[in-house]
Amino acid sequence: MSNAVSALQGVSSAGYVDVREIGLQGMITLRGDLSMAKIAKAVKAAVGVDMPARRGINLKGGKGAAWMSPDELLLMVAYEDAAATVAKLQKALGTTHSLVVNVSDARAVFTLTGARVREVVAKLSPVDMGTFPAGEIRRTRLAQVPAAFWMSGDNEITLMVFRSVAQYAFDLLKTAAAKGGEVDVF
Amino acid sequence: MSARIQNMGRFLNKNAPVTFTFNGQSLGGYRGDTLASALLANDRMLLGRSFKYHRPRGLVASGAEEPNALVNMGQGAGFEPNQRSTTTELFDGLTATSQNHWPSLNFDVGVVNNYAARFLPAGFYYKTFMFPRVAWKHLFEPVVRHSAGLGKPPKERDADRYEHFYFFTDVLVVGGGIAGLQAALAAASSGAKVLLIEQTAHWGGRAPVDGAEIGGKPAEDWVAETLVTLQGMENVTIRNRTMGAGVYDHGYALGYERITDHAPDTDAPRHRLWRIRAKQIITATGAIERSLSFAGNDIPGVMLASAVRDYLVNWGVAVGQRTVVVTNNDDAYRTAIALKQAGLEVPAIIDARPLVDGNLPNQARALGIEVREGRAIAKVKGGKRVTGVDICLQDGDGGAREEIKCDCVAMSGGWSPVVHLWSHCGGKLNWVEDQAHFAPDPNRPPTGADGQGFVLTAGIASGAMDTPEVLKDAHAAGKSAAKAAGYTPKRAGPPKARPTDEALMAPVWIMPAKATPDLKAKMWLDFQNDVKVSDVQLAAREGYESVEHTKRYTTLGMATDQGKLSNINGLAVLSDALGQPIPQTGTTTFRPPYTPISMGAIAGEARGDIFQPLRRTPMHDWHVEQGAYMEPVGQWRRPYCYPRGGETHAQAVAREVNNTRNNIGLLDASTLGKIIVKGPDAGRFLDMLYTNMMSSLKPGRCRYGLMCNENGFLMDDGVVARIDGDTFLCHTTSGGAEHIHAWMEEWLQTEWWDWKVYVANVTEQFAQVAVVGPNARKLLEKLGGMDVSKEALTFMGWADGTIGGFDARVCRISFSGELSYEIAVPASQGRAFWDALHAAGAEFGAMAYGTEALHIMRAEKGFIMIGDETDGTVIPQDLGLHWAISKKKEDFLGKRAQQRSHMTDPNRWKLVGLETLDGSVLPDGAYALAEGENANGQRNMQGRVTSTYHSPTLERGIALGLVLHGPDRMGEVIEFGLIDGTTVPAKIVDPVFYDKEGEKQNV
Repeated sequence: MSNAVSALQGVSSAGYVDVREIGLQGMITLRGDLSMAKIAKAVKAAVGVDMPARRGINLKGGKGAAWMSPDELLLMVAYEDAAATVAKLQKALGTTHSLVVNVSDARAVFTLTGARVREVVAKLSPVDMGTFPAGEIRRTRLAQVPAAFWMSGDNEITLMVFRSVAQYAFDLLKTAAAKGGEVDVF
Repeated sequence: MSARIQNMGRFLNKNAPVTFTFNGQSLGGYRGDTLASALLANDRMLLGRSFKYHRPRGLVASGAEEPNALVNMGQGAGFEPNQRSTTTELFDGLTATSQNHWPSLNFDVGVVNNYAARFLPAGFYYKTFMFPRVAWKHLFEPVVRHSAGLGKPPKERDADRYEHFYFFTDVLVVGGGIAGLQAALAAASSGAKVLLIEQTAHWGGRAPVDGAEIGGKPAEDWVAETLVTLQGMENVTIRNRTMGAGVYDHGYALGYERITDHAPDTDAPRHRLWRIRAKQIITATGAIERSLSFAGNDIPGVMLASAVRDYLVNWGVAVGQRTVVVTNNDDAYRTAIALKQAGLEVPAIIDARPLVDGNLPNQARALGIEVREGRAIAKVKGGKRVTGVDICLQDGDGGAREEIKCDCVAMSGGWSPVVHLWSHCGGKLNWVEDQAHFAPDPNRPPTGADGQGFVLTAGIASGAMDTPEVLKDAHAAGKSAAKAAGYTPKRAGPPKARPTDEALMAPVWIMPAKATPDLKAKMWLDFQNDVKVSDVQLAAREGYESVEHTKRYTTLGMATDQGKLSNINGLAVLSDALGQPIPQTGTTTFRPPYTPISMGAIAGEARGDIFQPLRRTPMHDWHVEQGAYMEPVGQWRRPYCYPRGGETHAQAVAREVNNTRNNIGLLDASTLGKIIVKGPDAGRFLDMLYTNMMSSLKPGRCRYGLMCNENGFLMDDGVVARIDGDTFLCHTTSGGAEHIHAWMEEWLQTEWWDWKVYVANVTEQFAQVAVVGPNARKLLEKLGGMDVSKEALTFMGWADGTIGGFDARVCRISFSGELSYEIAVPASQGRAFWDALHAAGAEFGAMAYGTEALHIMRAEKGFIMIGDETDGTVIPQDLGLHWAISKKKEDFLGKRAQQRSHMTDPNRWKLVGLETLDGSVLPDGAYALAEGENANGQRNMQGRVTSTYHSPTLERGIALGLVLHGPDRMGEVIEFGLIDGTTVPAKIVDPVFYDKEGEKQNV
């Protein structure tokens, strides 16, 4: 819909690591028994990737699946495709016990870019950013709010929070990435 | 006098002069100075006044253990009290002032406390707490309090920024002396990831000052080479100016990095708190020299022998021109030798040991220094500065004195390993007789989850006293840590170092041994808190046997230095007084942080706008633009009301209520919790969670429900909509969404794990607007898209569709008693939808209303509010909600609890409406008075107000309250107490004040 806007409407800040809200992202929560072939098949059909391993994230061409818990996935598609993908998944899963729900509007997503991107997150999240590998998603906290992130490039982290705390998260990241705060350890 | 010496001072950059001010006077120093060394270089010996007696005090130490020389640093937004001048690096423009004196440092009125010392004995506060009580209010509090206290609180908001940093490592090494460097090297050569931190700006610790030789080279060269090696290793991170502040469970440790304290104009965070997870921690924290207890040992100019040496070697400062060294060990001779070699006078070394014939003493003798064996200082002479010492026999009572003129006394009572970090998490200590100190017991380390130790000590911190031992111990610690972290250490050994032959020290706790009481009353143990030998002995006489009790009674070791100098001496004196060996007395508990860390570092980034998360709805900016008065609801900010023009809040609220009742009101209800519950067992699950039946709800319909905890108390409420056979949408309170979501998950994961139910919290997916009032349907029909007629969408029904082009889920529910639709749209379109409602609603009188109008309208209808009518002790039955409690269901959470005798007691206060006879508004929380008094002599009560408002609709005060037998007492008038002692009469009425038949919502 044309009047849909993301929480911060693409705000950005330039520090020693740049922070930018990426705008609307289609997201779907899928809960079910992730070991079922039927669910893996439905996921593959819907977003084009294999079932991610524990703590894993598989992305391809802007779509993908992230492991959120032993019985929960986060599927990513284009924002405008979310509703159709929900319907497709629900149809494919039929009576298989599962829950598929569109959560595209419940989140805000940021990219952090820069050579020292890892240390900016390490100021706010209790995660070993020195060894955090590509291909993993980490659900943790960002200061005082829940967050999840993954390495979306060598020098890039994509991070999401709930929509209502988008401004708080942006302010946190901007503060942590302010020039002069370089730690220089990773 | 104290003065700078040419060509000395290995830390100084003499090409970089620095100007600073102390008490308003401009002084000079060099880059590399500490504030302490620069003050000494300017002959500033008197730096502050003591806490209790306001005695003149100067520097005692050269590092973190300094008890006296605390100053106020900076000004305005950069002001901070109690900064330790020995650990403050000098920078250009530094401003400092002395503290704890009035009116001036040189002339202090509080010093009368000194002459009144016998009226301020140990346990003064405890004694006066007991008797006479009245004296506290009129004498002690105004007088004594005025003279107590260290430093002044800052008045302005801190201008600096701070941050945290999470770091994970295999091995954390705390301390950058030779032990820390060697331990880090040994651990890192295995490939283990190593973090090495050092609290000062310099590496190498004391070894270069003490003239150690390692690998045939001066220690300084070895330190520099080792540092280069470590810096070149990929797996090693090294950080100076970073103190190991504390060790906690599971290998967690805190590092306190002072980034810009020495360069405050840098655009960087001032402090960074490292939150470290280490598989193994090595504490290479060195040792602290002990003071000696002789009369007048607190007079400015009396200093630790090691500190005198440090100031000379590191900062090129002669503390005095004539220095008497007093000691019970060989190490202090290094100070005498260094002073003599620098061309300064050392009239005598007073050694308490009867016979001194070691290597170092003989070197001193060879330099022409007189060594006085078996002697003690009877008394130090001088006021604001040492002028001389009287010496006597150590094994005497202080008689038969001989005076030696001097302007500095360098004392050494031996060395105590710094065991703080080892002890923080439970590492145990052994008493080492021949060094008279406590050292870590490697067989009783702090243990982790696997029962294995996770802290090791290295070097002098282990009790290894000589350089070769230190390096050997540190090397072994490094290897052990690497091995425990899962790596294979290299076989190479530690570097060779030159041994030093030192004779045994002799424990000396009082000087002279049989000192008279008047001497003991001038022997300071704790310099900062003014605790003397006589105080500890008095505590022992008064029956204090536990060292922990004595500490609190005398305040020994309770100052900001946490007794780094005083503790061992204090407990030795206590042991002596109790006639028991020192290990039996034991130590007090070591607690983090090692030295005080800033509040800013603890808070990290959490200040100002990001002090706490503030949750914003998609319409938040609109509310702010309209000038809404916002109130916190959980972490949300919600509009309380939208004042227009010069309206007061009360006027705005009244307008919003009246407009909603007469035209149309729009409420941002986005904060309402929304949880999807789906699965074949969803109905059964909700039947257990809610007190009423949810499984019988038909798709397309809504039902109000109550949730109780296991104890039967009402916890949350809301409307449940059945989406389809397997799917329900549960609305929760705004503050309760996360809690209820977690509550559901807990039951599903821990108790009913075999039930087929999934839940998802979709609160933030939707913006929600309540469209309320007689014109509500007209507005929705104007926007168009779905049938919202009385027939198509009946009361307590819901439907999906579009409204004005927005995908919407519309629930026809009412919390106001008016015709009302609650409409959820995707959050990303929430603001657009809100704007569209306002634009289309203008002709119908649409107006936003806030939470206060919401509250009033629900109270007019007698609807309860979680948090007002409930407080964690209220059950649904108290609120007349029997109709929402299923009698058919076999079980639900809270059912059994609600059958317990206290819950079924007919005397529980019950919900009623209350109307003051004069129409006034009852105060919130006011109590209804009953006859008589309770056992505590308090007036009996028979009820209390839970919600109270001025009703614009009824133009009078209305209230809800809980009253004894309330529902049976309709029409009765009871009295409510006001704060001014008067009462106000109110009539008990039905809680539904407005439209009892519900005609308005059912149109």
